[in-house]
This record gives sequence, C-alpha cells and structure tokens, in this order.
Amino acid sequence: MAGRPRVALLVTCLADTLFPDVGKASVAVLERLGCEVVFPAAQTCCGQAHINTGYQRDALPLVRGFVETFEGFDAVVAPSGSCVGSVRHQHAIVARRFGDEALAQRAEGLAARTYELSEYLVDVLGVTDVGASYPHTVTYHPTCHSLRMLGVGDKPLALLRAVHGLQLVELPAAEECCGFGGTFAVKNADTSTAMLADKMSAVLTTGAEVCAASDSSCLMHIGGGLSRLKTGVRTVHLAEILASTDDVPAGVA
Amino acid sequence: MSVAPQERGKGAPQERGKRAPQERGKVVPQGRTLLPVVVHAPRGVGHLRGDESFPDAARGALADTQLRRNLGHATATIRDKRAKVVGEVDDWEALRTAGKAIKDHTMARLPELLTQLEANVTAAGGVVHWARDATEANQIVTRLVAETGSREVVKVKSMATQEIALNEALADAGIEAFETDLAELIVQLGDDKPSHILVPAIHKNRAEIRELFARTLPGVDPELTDDPAALAGAARQHLRERFLTAKVGISGANFAVADTGTLSVVESEGNGRMCLTLPETLITVMGIEKLVPTWQDLEVFLQLLPRSSTGERMNPYTSLWTGVHEGDGPQSFHLVLLDNGRTAVLADEAGRETLNCIRCSACLNVCPVYERAGGHAYGSVYPGPIGAILSPQLTGIEDNASLPYASTLCGACYEVCPVKIDIPSILVHLRAEHVEAQRETRRVPTAEAISMAAASWTMADASRWEKAQTASRAGRLLGRRRDKDAGRIRSLPGPLAAWTAARDAPRPPAETFRQWWARDRGADT
Amino acid sequence: MTAAVPGRDIARETVLTRIRDALGPDPVVPEVSRDYVTGSDLEPDAVVERFAERVDDYRATVHRTGHAELPATLAALITASGAGRVGVPVGLDYAWLTELPDDLEVVRDQPTYDTAALDTLELVVTASTVGIAETGTIVLDASPDQGRRALTLVPDHHICIITTDQIVHTVPEALPRLDPTRPLTMISGPSATSDIELDRVEGVHGPRTLHVIIVTD
Ligand code: SF4
Repeated sequence: MAGRPRVALLVTCLADTLFPDVGKASVAVLERLGCEVVFPAAQTCCGQAHINTGYQRDALPLVRGFVETFEGFDAVVAPSGSCVGSVRHQHAIVARRFGDEALAQRAEGLAARTYELSEYLVDVLGVTDVGASYPHTVTYHPTCHSLRMLGVGDKPLALLRAVHGLQLVELPAAEECCGFGGTFAVKNADTSTAMLADKMSAVLTTGAEVCAASDSSCLMHIGGGLSRLKTGVRTVHLAEILASTDDVPAGVA
Repeated sequence: MSVAPQERGKGAPQERGKRAPQERGKVVPQGRTLLPVVVHAPRGVGHLRGDESFPDAARGALADTQLRRNLGHATATIRDKRAKVVGEVDDWEALRTAGKAIKDHTMARLPELLTQLEANVTAAGGVVHWARDATEANQIVTRLVAETGSREVVKVKSMATQEIALNEALADAGIEAFETDLAELIVQLGDDKPSHILVPAIHKNRAEIRELFARTLPGVDPELTDDPAALAGAARQHLRERFLTAKVGISGANFAVADTGTLSVVESEGNGRMCLTLPETLITVMGIEKLVPTWQDLEVFLQLLPRSSTGERMNPYTSLWTGVHEGDGPQSFHLVLLDNGRTAVLADEAGRETLNCIRCSACLNVCPVYERAGGHAYGSVYPGPIGAILSPQLTGIEDNASLPYASTLCGACYEVCPVKIDIPSILVHLRAEHVEAQRETRRVPTAEAISMAAASWTMADASRWEKAQTASRAGRLLGRRRDKDAGRIRSLPGPLAAWTAARDAPRPPAETFRQWWARDRGADT
Repeated sequence: MTAAVPGRDIARETVLTRIRDALGPDPVVPEVSRDYVTGSDLEPDAVVERFAERVDDYRATVHRTGHAELPATLAALITASGAGRVGVPVGLDYAWLTELPDDLEVVRDQPTYDTAALDTLELVVTASTVGIAETGTIVLDASPDQGRRALTLVPDHHICIITTDQIVHTVPEALPRLDPTRPLTMISGPSATSDIELDRVEGVHGPRTLHVIIVTD
C-alpha cells in the first residue's frame, strides 16, 4: 500500500532474549496504526552495554553491524530509550574514536531516523490515542535515558492517558533514577540497591497495580526488586499496555 | 642563595607521565614539543586520591542511616531552592549557553589570557606566582607566610587549597591555618573530611554539630542549643578575635578577570570579606582554569553561580578586588596560579570541558549516587559527578579508576550544570580511557575484558547470537526450580549475563522474539 | 627574594608550555553568543519596586523616603537601633546627619583607625554605588561616601542609602556602571549561612542587620 509507513524494529538484545512480549507488543501497536513492520534478522545489539562499560573497541563491530543492518530503512523504532540514546549520542563517538569518520557519518544519518517507540507514535505518526484498553491502575517511571538523553518529555504519559480504562497515578520523585545503570548495578551493587529501595517505596506509595516504563532493563531491575519483596505490583512495558485491547488484553500474569 | 636548581631536582614534583625533552633540560620559552606533555597531579601530596575504591568506601555510608537521612534532607532542601530560583529566570538556557561558550573560549586562549591576567595583577600592585603542582604551590605559600613573620593565617573556604592540602603543609612549617567558613570550621574542629563542595559538613546534622561545638570550642556556652542560628552565633564569637587580629589571609578565587586583573570571591557568611579585607597580606591560590576573559563576562557567571549553588538570586557577599587598593584592605597581595594536573585535563579534547566547572555543586545535589553514598566515598576533595570526572583526570585514571563507574549515567547532573558540562559523556569517555589503558599495560586481560570481547564476537553476527540465545534457554530447561541460579542466564554474552546476575532476573522465555517472528511471520527479512 | 625568581620563571614557562602543548597548534576559539537578557523590560518605578521587594526578601529592611525627610528617617532608625557610636565614611553628605540626636557619637572614619577601633562602632551609615533590582543587591565601591571595605564589615549594623537613579533592573546593566579598579563589594541581604542542614540563617560574620533606605526623589 502506497504511503504506508515502513518501520524497522530494533527489538533490542534484551527484549529479544528475555522479554519477547515487548517486541511482539511493539509490532502489534505499530501494525494497528497502519505501519508495515520489518524485523531485520541480522540485528543483534546496539552496543550500549559495551560502550557504557568502557569497551568501545569491542562495541565498534556492533555499531558497524547496526548501521549496516538498518541503513536501508526510513525509520527505525525501538522499545527502549537507552538503546535509542546510544544510537543517537554514542555511535558516532565510537566510530570517531577509532578513526572511522565515514562510519561516524553514516551512524549520524541513521541516528536521525531512529526513534524510541513513544517518540515515533507521537511525533512521527501524530497519535496519542492508539486504541488501547487496559483496565488497571498504572504508575509510570520515566527512565533516565528517555527523559534526559532523548527528551521524550511527557509523550509516554500522553499515550497512557489516552488508554481506555487505565487509571494513571503519579509516581513521587518520578524523575529519579531507579539505580540500574547497567554496569553500575554490577560494580556498585550496594548503591544500586539503595536507589532501587527508594524507587520501590515510591512505587508502593502510589497503590498502583502496575509500574510501567519504556525500558526493559530498568523494568527488569525494578521488577526484580518488587517480586523479591512479594509486593504484588507488576512491571509492564509501555508497549505492552499500548498493545492491549479488549479483544486481546495484555497478559496479567 | 642558589635555591632554584635544587628546586628543580628535588623539591620539584615527581612528575609522572610522558615527559617532553625540555622538561628535563632547559626550558624553551615559546617552544612546542612534538609529544604532548601530560603531567598529572603528583602522588603523595594533596587530597585527590582515596584509600579505597568507590564501592568499598560507599558501603559504610550506605549502612549509616543517620548519614543517609542527613544527606537526603540537605540535598532535597537545596534542590528545591535551586529549582525555584532557576525557574524564575526566563533566559536561563541562554545564560548557560553563554557560560559554556565563555569557558570554552577561555580554555582555547588560556596562555594569552593568563599572561594578560598576570600583567594586570602586577600592574595593580600584586605579585603573581606559578605553581606546577601541589608541592610547589605549598612551598610558595609557606614561604610567603613565613616572610610575613606570622605563625597563623585565616582562610576562606577554597577548593584549590584543600586539593593541595595546604593546611597540612603549613602545619609542617609550624603555621596554623584557621578555617573560617562555618562548614569548614565544623570539618576542621571534628578532624573530619569535607564531603561537599559548597557545604563541606553536609553530612552532619544540627545535633551532631552542637555536640562538636560543645566539646571543642573554648569557652562555649554550655547551654548552647542546636538551633542553627545559635550555632552560627557560637562560630561568630569563636572567630571574631581571630579575624580582627589576623595578619595573613588565604583565599581561593571564584573568578579572575583577565582584561582587568580583578579577582573575585563569592560567599555568604562574611568570613570571606573578613579574610580578604582585614589582614595586611592576602594570598590567593587559584587553578589556572578559573579565568574569564572580560569584565563583561561576570554578568553571566554572577547570575549562574548563586542560583545554581546556594539556590539564591544572589549570595550575600561578592568581593572583587584588583591588586592592591591603597588605604583599603591588604597592602600586599599574592596570586598563586596552580596547574596540578589541569594541563593534563586540557590535553584531552573529549574531557577538556571538565575545566569549565565553576564549582557550584548543583550536580552533587541532584545526583542519586551522591545522595546515598555521600561525599567521602569519592576519596578526593571533589565529590559527586564533577569529582567522578575531575579527580581521575587530574591524577591520571589509574589512581581513581573506580570513579568513572560511580554513576548510573542518569544525566541529572548534565541537566542542572550551569556551564553545560556533559558529565555522562565524559564518564563514558573515561571508562573507555581506563579500559584502553588496561589493554595497553596488562599482560593478561581482565575477566571482564575477556567476557566483553567474547560478547562482541558473539553479537557481531546474528547466527552466533542466536546460538547463544538457544544455549541460554537450555540452561532454563536444565535448571532445577529451587536452584537460585535456575533462572540465571549464565551463557548469555558478557553484559547481559552480568546484568541479569545482579538482579532477580526473569527466567528466559520459551521462545525468543526472533524465533516467534520467524514462526509467525515466516521467513526472515 | 632573588632566589625565587628563576624558580618562578621555570614554573611559569613550564605551565605555559604545557598549556600550549595541550591545546595544539590551532585551537578552535568559539564565538560567545550573548542571547541572554542584557537590558530591562520594566518601567523605572517598577524597577525600584522590584528592588525593594527583593532586598526585603533577603531579610534586609527597606525604607523609602524623600530627600527632605532623609535626615529624620536616618535619625529615627539610628535611635531605634539603640546604637551609641556610629561610624560614617569621610565623604558622607553632612546634610544627611543634621537631625541625629545630640548624645550620639558620630565617628568619621580615618585611615589611622585600626580594626580594633572599627570594632568599637555599633553601626555604620554609608551611601552606595549601584542597586540591582532582580537580585536585591547593593554594590559599594569604596568611594568617599561609602568608605573603605572594613568600615562596612566590622560594625554589626549597616544602614545603606541608595537613590533611585542608582538602581538598575538586571545584573548585566549593573556591571558597566562599576569601576573594576576599585575594591567592590556586592551585598545581598545581611550575612547568612546555609551550612547547617542547608537551612538559611541570617547573621554570621558580616553585619547581622542591614537597613536600606531608598531615596525616592
Ligand atoms: S560540574 Fe557543573 S554542576 Fe557540577 S559543580 Fe561544576 S559547574 Fe556546578
């Protein structure tokens, strides 16, 4: 169909392996809104974890792989603020560090067409009501990279407010980091846990059934903490909520 | 007396790093070396290095609930104040942009601007000294104080003099230094270490300070309460006589204006005015980066600094002086310009903007890691996000290797920084520098390096990646439910394995996304 | 002293050489764009109003008076303070002091007064150079009607007189009015500290009481 937006999905290595439902939900939302979704199977990982741990040399092949895999598409969408943040702000730096100016320029060109899911829905498709239904009380954690690296602002909240049946409750100190930080959670586990504890108590004070966010990594971190405490509060990715409809509700397991 | 040659050989710093030829021999004034000279702040002097790595040092602070409460309360208070006064400035972003540009501009013209400052200060009756490092700065200041015959000095809070451990150097020479800033006084009386740039005693609450004053201030009222006003009053009484009789004052500088030779100290309590005005001799120690080119540039920084720092529209007192003013204030003025690793920071283009810092401490107050781990965990006098980038650059990364990792890269610091220092990007850059340095110097790579390289190899190719995913799910099937490792995904490549091992990770699903796609949508794209 | 000179030169040249090396042969010197506000969008009256508001905000006490009433206002303030010994700079306008009570000891500052002598003053009255409305700031430049810096520092109570034509709206308007060759002190409220739990407390080492008299005509 002519004029139908064609979108390449960067599912992210984490969602691919551990949270396939996030990928499926992203596909469902985009297709419901009339996009043709393509999954380039050559994709693996954006390299963010390597870059943020200091292994830029090892990230270089991943950056090159990302560019080669996605270069042919007009739009790349990922259900992750931090992976898009890495593509947008780090890929060219990595290429330049190792003297590959041509790659850096290709990376910059591609970065400009790479979007976090909520950005793509609101800015490119111009939609806030995606026709979803999710009859639950939800609080939203705006992950740091979405918020500050990408500046998605309240786009995710606008999307959530338009979801049928969803009751959105404000998260206190919402903009404070959950303490994950990738390598930070490994190297500074104690501080990370202290930050997580505060984030969890903030979530619990809301009384929400569901804590949502736009990054599987942060959700994994918060969700791990919440399940260890047997709080009964679940973590759900924004994409899953937006994909949920009366006919096909998101799993509430 | 032929002190100079000896100074070169002995008293002069043990400089590490790459030395250019003329560093050893005669200095060629206008010469430029082929190899860049990278000389870090020397070991064995000053307070830029901790005894423990950040995670180890943070552990104690995290367990100290009183400390956590003190820090939480204090940082929340100052964050709110800052947000309020920044919010009322419509052109805040334009000011930040100008602040950054002025500082970038300054760094690019540093040699010329420093010599201009020197000429203007000298013309106005001041004496300018240059110090390659902490040792040399301490020697200069100690000599200048000794020449006055005074055995004591009053000090205004200054990061530079803390950095070089000037008080300790003066004590070794039999000169007593009295800190006059309230928080510095609290730190000094408690034989403590500063934990914040603006409020060095932020880790102490009023009850702890009352207890300290009651114990250490001579002649203090035994009825002293923990009301902050009463505590401030006790400090006033304690220091008053000292101010009125002091012969030598020592300060840092917030700004130096190259085109006028003006120095500036921005403060609140009036202790700065006391130290800058009443003594006969004033010695100011200033990092070579604290410069602005023109008088007009102050209009930007006098707006950015107070609002970012104390959360006020303007701090109570800002003093500006130019050399010696006849009949007013110290009649002898010395300015010590300090390198101590700053040129090494300048040499790294990707980290250079760290020198733009105006030490407002806004980044500390918004940092979730600082708020929980406290300032002492950073080891150096520069804590928080700025410390995590500045200290390793001043000392060389190997001496502060854990600091660039002491951040989640959440970006809150960058958002508030009045001179827009992209701290997260510099942290990432320094991590890379650290890893590269290890790659060069270690005969055997670290376990992390091996796993990262392996992950890179696996992930560089989708079919290898898919095999690794399959192997990880085999682990899921084999793992016994009760086994706490059952859900862990040990066979996942490097970072993913580490991430999931740190948390209660979910068990791998029955099918990866790409398997579902292939099954549901047919052929691969 | 002579021995220090070669050491100084070596250190100087070494630091400058290190900087030049660090910057490389052609460092890019970025232009500084000044897109921030440099003027004022307020009417003169509103500027004075804002000044009074902001000075008051930092717990300095603001008074407004006409030229004719200034001596009486000043006398009333000083009497109310209970001060018996008042310092003034040599160049302060005598006319302002005509209504002071007879038993008040008024001391004109002299260069020979040492710090201990200044410490006997309970109050000091000065003029000022510039007022900045946006930040509630007064700037002193040690002119004859403001005195040397120690005079407004050691006494515990400062009464500062400013005329409306000296008040500007913004910081960028203030700086061109100041002479960098003079010793300058910018004062925004009385001495204060936030060093204990970041709670602001007025009154540490500088004057604990600050009164600002705006002369409105
Ligand atoms: S880095 Fe920025 S925010 Fe932090 S102290 Fe320096 S100027 Fe302030």
